[in-house]
Amino acid sequence: MRAVTTEKTTHPVLIFWIVTGWVGFALLPWYGVEDFWFLDWLTEGWPTDSDYAPAAFLLGQGEKPWLWPLAPALLAPLALLRRRKTDPAYAYVLLAAGGFGFAWLIAQGLGIGIRGWTADWLSALFGPLEDRQYGMGYGALVVASALLFLFTQGIAARGAINGDVFVTGAIGGVIAVVTIFVFFPIAKMLGAAFITEEGGYSIPLFFAKFFDDHIWGLGCLSGTRCGVAWNSLFLAVLVGVLTTLLGLVFALVLTRSGFRFKRELRAITVLPIITPPFVIGLAIILLFGLSGAVTTWVADLIGVRPTRWVYGLPGILIAQLLAFTPIAFLVLIGVVEGVSPSMEEAAQTLRATRWQTFRTVSLPLMRPGLANAFLLGFIESMADFGNPLVLGGNYDVLSTEIFFAIVGAQYDQGRAAILSMVLLGFTLAAFYLQRFWLGKKSYTTVTGKGDSGVHPQMPRGLAIPVYTIAALWGGFTLIIYGMILYGSVVQLWGVDNTLTFKHYLTAFAVRIEDGGIRWIGSAWDSFWTTIMISTVAAPLTAAVGLITAYLLTRQDFAGKRSFEFGTMLSFAIPGTVIGVSYILAFNVPPIEITGTGLILVISFIFRNMPVGVRAGIASMSQLDRSLDESSLTLGANSWQTFRRVILPLLRPAILAALVYSFVRAMTAISAVIFLVSARYDMATSYIIGRVENNDYGLAIAYSTALIFVMLAAVGLLQLLVGRTQIGRRLAHEQGGS
Amino acid sequence: MRSIALGVSLLAFSAGAASAAGKLNLYCAAQEEWCQVMARGFEDATGIDVDMTRKSSGETFAQVKAEEANPKGDVWWGGTGDPHLQAAEEGLTEPYISPMRAELHPWAIAQAESAGDRTIGIYSGALGFGYNSDLLAANGLPEPKCWEDLTKPEFKGHVQMANPNSSGTAYTTLATMVQMFGEDGGFDYMKRLHANINQYTKSGSAPIKAAGQGETTVGIVFMHDAVAQTVAGFPVVTVAPCEGTGYEIGSMSIIAGARNMDEAKQFYDWALSAEAQNLALGVNAFQVMSNVAAQKSEFAPDLSAIKLIDYDFKKYGSSDERKRLLAKWDSDVSTLPQ
Repeated sequence: MRAVTTEKTTHPVLIFWIVTGWVGFALLPWYGVEDFWFLDWLTEGWPTDSDYAPAAFLLGQGEKPWLWPLAPALLAPLALLRRRKTDPAYAYVLLAAGGFGFAWLIAQGLGIGIRGWTADWLSALFGPLEDRQYGMGYGALVVASALLFLFTQGIAARGAINGDVFVTGAIGGVIAVVTIFVFFPIAKMLGAAFITEEGGYSIPLFFAKFFDDHIWGLGCLSGTRCGVAWNSLFLAVLVGVLTTLLGLVFALVLTRSGFRFKRELRAITVLPIITPPFVIGLAIILLFGLSGAVTTWVADLIGVRPTRWVYGLPGILIAQLLAFTPIAFLVLIGVVEGVSPSMEEAAQTLRATRWQTFRTVSLPLMRPGLANAFLLGFIESMADFGNPLVLGGNYDVLSTEIFFAIVGAQYDQGRAAILSMVLLGFTLAAFYLQRFWLGKKSYTTVTGKGDSGVHPQMPRGLAIPVYTIAALWGGFTLIIYGMILYGSVVQLWGVDNTLTFKHYLTAFAVRIEDGGIRWIGSAWDSFWTTIMISTVAAPLTAAVGLITAYLLTRQDFAGKRSFEFGTMLSFAIPGTVIGVSYILAFNVPPIEITGTGLILVISFIFRNMPVGVRAGIASMSQLDRSLDESSLTLGANSWQTFRRVILPLLRPAILAALVYSFVRAMTAISAVIFLVSARYDMATSYIIGRVENNDYGLAIAYSTALIFVMLAAVGLLQLLVGRTQIGRRLAHEQGGS
Repeated sequence: MRSIALGVSLLAFSAGAASAAGKLNLYCAAQEEWCQVMARGFEDATGIDVDMTRKSSGETFAQVKAEEANPKGDVWWGGTGDPHLQAAEEGLTEPYISPMRAELHPWAIAQAESAGDRTIGIYSGALGFGYNSDLLAANGLPEPKCWEDLTKPEFKGHVQMANPNSSGTAYTTLATMVQMFGEDGGFDYMKRLHANINQYTKSGSAPIKAAGQGETTVGIVFMHDAVAQTVAGFPVVTVAPCEGTGYEIGSMSIIAGARNMDEAKQFYDWALSAEAQNLALGVNAFQVMSNVAAQKSEFAPDLSAIKLIDYDFKKYGSSDERKRLLAKWDSDVSTLPQ
């Protein structure tokens, strides 16, 4: 193994992190600087001005003495430069220096804030502190990463994970960021469940609120209303099952049929995922509402009064199926494609009929995909906020209740926290059920050994219903989108149907003057911000997600389960809770990033990373470990194996993660509402402002424009990432994953 | 309470961007266009850069509270008065007595006095309802003129209002009924109304938007919201109920510990001037402005022609009374079968 090889020279990774640590400590501004990347600070008093000074200069000037302990932590690793990795001192020094330095950095950040000591017991212990500190900046960030990775190198040198520096570093890094950006804010928020109005803590109060009839009531069995928890659960199960079925139907049509217009079908199925919130809801109201086209037509036909039937469970269900089927589809297409034809051919050679093959071979091999698709549909439905808001009627669900517990007329953070716990409980239960169902079986079919042939067609008995469902649902999606497109070019949707382009002009007008373009449309500001934030967030999300998936499927380490749980956590919590918890956690030092674009990027990364993780896990559980092993045996290290062997085979998963995170960053709303600021306003919050102001035309026109932008972006991503041929299949062209 | 000195030192810390020209972080809780013209109007008038963030009243309150330890906003302008009063009660906002007070209507100053000068009225709007005239005709319903009309059996399933637990508008409705008919009479009215409600929406203005789109016949909202629907082209008729009605006072507060305190006060004074309040006319805001000299829109409901009750903002804006009434509504009204 690599770690045991005796090396004369120092490991380059060690040198890199030592140098990085010193750059952060002695060169970069320690505390946060507004507009860091404009580099104004370089000319405005750096390195001595205490606003811009690096830690070393602060200490040199006698300021912020609590930063002193970081110096020995950064000095100690220098002593290792000529040592061998096998030397026991190597590991111990790195563990001690990195571990102590990192812990100290966090402790001082949490302990000393903008008003000196942050807790009474600290001032009782150490006496009053006259000084204070603000949010950490790039200097602190860089030093923190250096200390963390020095620590993980120490762990590797002790022999953990076969001494693999890349894997230990990746695990350490993911744990650190997930702790900071998922556990920390959520813990802060959920703590509110135990806080009484007077500011004390109370356990009985928590139970009283938790077992409230509004949450758990079973009134619907006897004619009144059920608690929100049951409503949400019922809806989510229904959505999970139905989206998985619909997703499977489309995946089968694309991979196992002679259907001609696969590209078009694929585009249709993916449309809803790139639709900003509220738009589908509005279109459904115009079709099925009290004055909706379909409702009035049917009512006339059978001679009854139109009703408000769509408000409530039916409306939310239709909207969520439209919105979340594509996610199930994206997960399933990778898995359905990934089932190796060799197995199916083997079954057919053994005289199994097509139906038997499908039922006993193909379908069971798709289990990881089905389970993951269900889980995503379930969680998405639980956390969805826009559709229940527009179409919910009196069918209350957890996510909207949480939102209005926070922003409603009763500002009740405790109630929001309790409802979030219920929601989280359901999600976790679903997560463990899914694991239980998958069990310990192997779903590996792509092994690197001989793998050829083509997928068999679906059996006829299956093909007919599959085609019918796909056609009906595809047609329905098209009608909805037709309505939306139409809505963007009429004066006043539903009232005045004169055709006009004025909404597009208001939003996106440009003027050419002085040889330059002036963006005079009202939507441009939020448009460019949205594009920028999404473009930054997407690759980061995909990277974090896939590395996590790799660690989860390919590496064994202590605490893997809780690690997996942590990465799923932020997805399970509705955006509203994330939004408020981010404000609570990141508005004060040590990490003070509210009002910046950074907080938006970070919230997107950790909100959307789980999809990358799920897609990655689903794909990777189909790649046999012998592929990695042969690569490792041939002398590659795990980073090279990951980059050269696994990554290329993961292209469908990468694409799914990239597309999903880009699109979600452009269409997310619930978390964003709390995190946008004047300088970083997002398209969705702008659109909601228009809807609130009755400006449906402008809102829909903007949404339509966003849909086209996202379509273009998705196409571009497909080109960039490229397609992958898993196995050596030639016949019936792949759907273009 | 954070001292101004700290605010100034924070400003110095966040330097770089904050130069002598000054800037202002405005949290705006009115509609987007109104917020825009207020921000740009102040920039034109003073040369101070305005960073404006628009959110609903509830969201703004949630944000101001979450940012309590380290405020990011300077002025919170617009939105219904209750969250402003609640923020004042919790010390989230700064007391300030503007020299512009002499020019204001008495109700605007009363709002300030009831909150220890931590907030002030900038506009007011009366509660009422609106109906979709097409749907009313299609269903052969009589034209509703009074609150009492809405409880008639023929309106069953035709009336929409917001949920008082989530919407300040609906809470104003509840408090109005309690003040108009007494506590027992008020709750009795809410119970009879409950039988006709087709949906309790989450957001306050949603019922009249639904009426505009033909998704409900009647929506109980602030009258200026109903007028805005009519002006936008929807077949909505606004009604000032015959028994009289309550009203809201849209307010403005300076956030305690604001980083740009001087600019905040400058904005505060400017926003109370007739010149600034006339900007409302250009953006379809049909409220009555607090400056006596401000112009009135021809579409605006004429407050002098409406029977307004003597709404007790101090009592019904306090969180204790609010919690009591909402709990009672939850247990006595919302659980009844419809």
